[in-house]
Amino acid sequence: MKTFKIGGVHPEENKLSAAEPIRLAPLPQVAVLPVSQHIGAPAKPVVDKGDKVKVGQVIAEAGGFVSAPVHSSVSGTVLKIDSVIDASGYAKPAVFIQVEGDEWEESIDRSEQLVRLEELPGLTGKDIVAKIQSAGIVGMGGACFPTHVKLSPPPGSKIEWIIINAVECEPYLTADHRLMLEHADEILVGVSLLMRAVDVNKAFVAIENNKPDAIELMTQKARIYPGIEVVPLQVKYPQGGEKQLIDAVVNRQVPAPPALPASVGAVIQNVGTAFAVYQAVMKDKPLFERVVTVTGKSLARPSNLLVRMGTPMSQLIDECGGLPENTGKIIGGGPMMGKALLNVEVPICKGSSGVLIMDEKEARRSRPNPCIRCGKCVAACPMGLEPYLLADGAAHEMWDMLEANAVTSCIECGSCQFTCPSHRPLLDYVRMGKSTVTGIIKSRT
Amino acid sequence: MANQLIVSLSPHVHGGDSVQRNMYGVVVALIPALLCSFYFFGIGAVLVTAVSVVSCLFIEWAVNRYLLKNPVLTIADGSAVVTGLLLAFNLPSNIPLWMVVVGALFAIGVVKMTFGGLGCNLFNPALAARAFMLISFPVEMTTWPVAGHSFAVYADAQTGATPLAVMKDAIKTGDTSMLDKLPSAFDMLVGSTGGCMGEVCALALLLGLVYMLVRRIITWHIPVSIIATVFVVTGVMHQLNPVFASPVLEVLSGGLMLGAVFMATDYVTSPMTPKGQLIYGVAIGLLTVVIRTFGAYPEGMSFAILIMNAFTPVINSYCKPKRFGSVEGSAK
Amino acid sequence: MNTIVLAVCVLGAAGLILASVLYVVSRKFAVKEDPRLGEVSAILPGANCGGCGFPGCSAMASACVRAADKGSLEDLSCPVGGMEIMNKVAAVLGMEAIADETPRIAVVCCNGSCENRRQIREYDGVQTCRIAHATSMGTTACAYGCLGCGDCVSKCQFGGLSMNAETGMPEVDATLCTACGACAKACPRGLIEIRPVTHELTGMVVRCRNKDKGVQAKNACDVSCIGCKLCVKKCESNAITVEDNVARIDAALCTLCGKCEQACPRKSIQKIGEWDTPQEMPAEENPVTETITTKNKAQ
Repeated sequence: MKTFKIGGVHPEENKLSAAEPIRLAPLPQVAVLPVSQHIGAPAKPVVDKGDKVKVGQVIAEAGGFVSAPVHSSVSGTVLKIDSVIDASGYAKPAVFIQVEGDEWEESIDRSEQLVRLEELPGLTGKDIVAKIQSAGIVGMGGACFPTHVKLSPPPGSKIEWIIINAVECEPYLTADHRLMLEHADEILVGVSLLMRAVDVNKAFVAIENNKPDAIELMTQKARIYPGIEVVPLQVKYPQGGEKQLIDAVVNRQVPAPPALPASVGAVIQNVGTAFAVYQAVMKDKPLFERVVTVTGKSLARPSNLLVRMGTPMSQLIDECGGLPENTGKIIGGGPMMGKALLNVEVPICKGSSGVLIMDEKEARRSRPNPCIRCGKCVAACPMGLEPYLLADGAAHEMWDMLEANAVTSCIECGSCQFTCPSHRPLLDYVRMGKSTVTGIIKSRT
Repeated sequence: MANQLIVSLSPHVHGGDSVQRNMYGVVVALIPALLCSFYFFGIGAVLVTAVSVVSCLFIEWAVNRYLLKNPVLTIADGSAVVTGLLLAFNLPSNIPLWMVVVGALFAIGVVKMTFGGLGCNLFNPALAARAFMLISFPVEMTTWPVAGHSFAVYADAQTGATPLAVMKDAIKTGDTSMLDKLPSAFDMLVGSTGGCMGEVCALALLLGLVYMLVRRIITWHIPVSIIATVFVVTGVMHQLNPVFASPVLEVLSGGLMLGAVFMATDYVTSPMTPKGQLIYGVAIGLLTVVIRTFGAYPEGMSFAILIMNAFTPVINSYCKPKRFGSVEGSAK
Repeated sequence: MNTIVLAVCVLGAAGLILASVLYVVSRKFAVKEDPRLGEVSAILPGANCGGCGFPGCSAMASACVRAADKGSLEDLSCPVGGMEIMNKVAAVLGMEAIADETPRIAVVCCNGSCENRRQIREYDGVQTCRIAHATSMGTTACAYGCLGCGDCVSKCQFGGLSMNAETGMPEVDATLCTACGACAKACPRGLIEIRPVTHELTGMVVRCRNKDKGVQAKNACDVSCIGCKLCVKKCESNAITVEDNVARIDAALCTLCGKCEQACPRKSIQKIGEWDTPQEMPAEENPVTETITTKNKAQ
């Protein structure tokens, strides 16, 4: 079974909610929509206090090419434009909407009927990308990179494949798994749309082997879609990393930054993004809701919820049994790469794939020991770096040495810190070194 | 909610590995060899091992508490216990106990703590202490009790020539018939020969190796490269001139097994990448054969490992792991 | 006997030959250096603190020699050695003495101690300010305040900063601070300012950098600046401006009348030097102190 060649670790899977069908989360009372839910320039609000908005209405326009518009996920009145603490750990500008009813924009097609690509022969790649851009679609795997930018690779790059990331290698998260089981057809149409958008005739849907039901269903359904191949992959973290995925599926390794996957002929999209693309292009539905896994060992009812953007996490946690007494961390995302949130009111954004409740004992780090030079971090690093060296160098501010040892190639997956027997905070230091060196390199140009 | 939320950067989970788990795993791997040493060398082995372990623990605790004023109880991580056991395994079972304490003082106090404690030592503490004791107490350190003959006797243990000494004599005199005095391969595997406490029973050491590989405490690269190198080189030598012992006997004799499995694989003093580890292992194997053949001492393993310990930083800086997206491994 | 003689001769000859080789090489491959560099380096304090803006005293010496060749030492100053050192350098390089400069001191522009600013969450990561700042807004409701991990304290090469265990804030020791600026560079939130000192180690400072609106700032910390502008109204020298909901005092215009301190409802404005207790240290023991205190006495 295919897998990536260098490094990797095996965290406990803990897919507590794998058998829970997706259910609707209740609407919030006040929806808080940050204007920056994506990589790139923040969106600019186009509504004011007192304006009435409908579900799917544009409330903030894109701030540039590498940006995305924000659509209202609720109907009601704009309360204010203020700031809210989001997953970054700082307060960011957001549009606050008092929710009244659930009135959608008339242009959105709410029917359940599947619309196949064959029914729209005049739909060009450019049309598709334009629709994706105006629908505000960004990478739903957590990176939140504006999709229309990814589908417009630099001129001169020869794209050969679309690779759909349905790996979901993070422990606990099951949103993508359930999405495939319940909306396989829509996803496959979405994949066909993506293929047309970059003008390729081959796509791979990569699924980790711990989801055999999804692999079977998708393989069976994909038979009638030309050019789409389902590829099961070995369960290993971080198989879902872009570069590791390309290595495993088509056996090509993306060179060090600033090279992009497009340089080896691949465009990666998360399976949730493919679903959102289907909805945007075929149903004129912009991105304003997503599937979120709310989970944790101490949570009463781990679930997969369909959530409107802007819903505070506290509401979702209540929906799943309430916040347990001894909670230590609330993590936005998975335990390996997610962000520890500052409070329960952080709103769900386009990149919020999960809410993980971790009890106090598990949340606390152990006291670090000195480095025993065991080399396990080196063996674990999927990018072939030397985490012990990079962490040490960052702690001693040796930026030249860090640059020479490719610190900018680090994908911040956390495998090194996960493995270290001395419980050293390797990734904290490497991250600091990486951002400093990236800044130094930028300032040279 | 009663308590405050905790905030830190990812990852928020840990694989569960720890220094204790690895160190005590090594201790468990050493148990078969330990039991064999008690069986073959009797009360002497028990005393020497006990004194060695207790001295190592005490010295590390004392240095931490009184010299460094470090509030952390470092002896709990098990590394001093491992050093104590490995030091004992390098000694003859009839050595006066005060010499064991001196060795422990050197191993922990000088080789480990002066360099900075756990993770900072350049040389393997147990081996460096063995070398120190060999030079300081040459007579006691080269008189080896014979296995199996002295269960209850400690200081007056019957001593005799080790297989390596016999091989050395054969090379010096050029007399092949001297090799007939060697015990059979089976005897050397099981341990009824002379030598230092830990090295005699190769089978017990191999059991320890398998245990450590299964628990992922070490990888195969160093032990296999050392043993393979010695086997191949001595095999060639044996074919060319029968005065050199057969490769099977060479591999089973002396401290080779102990060194290859437990001493050379010490985390702190060995390279960190598979490529580096293979180079390290091959070099140790070659040096061992050279010292055993041409050197004054019959045993070359400990010096070979100590010499290569000094090269580990160089190996680490030149043997970079294979980077993702690059063609070759050692990028600069 | 013969062996001893032979050994002595052989070793003696080897020594002579090698010494000659070394001598020839040292002459032939000698690097010609401007002798002024050595002279200036000898005068400079040798602390390599980086306060002059150069990576070490030898780099500063090269800069001085280069500047002397261009004609003026104007932009160069050594905060540790002060004007005394710079004038000695000027003398060696054959230049005029430089005008006196106001002494400066590091000031921590945050008073959000454990008592004043409530902790509402726990930080379990690496205890350095830089990483704590990158992780989140911190353990309190103020995203601009001191993180308390002591990056400034570790960067100070003169022992001028120390962490007060009770308040959780760094404190400047006025007698040891050389105003080199290392602490200011180390603080990821820019809370430490190197301010000119006037009037015997005192001056007025707004000890807050919180840019949030008044209500938020008030809830986060008991001594935060809420941007109410009462200080601006009372100030007779127009020294205070309020921008982004926080006030700042221009040290050049401040006359130390203290009206702003009395007017401030939040107790955000303080005099520098009133909370620092300069250590009782004889001037001779510390040449740096001598420079600062004798200079101030002269004023």
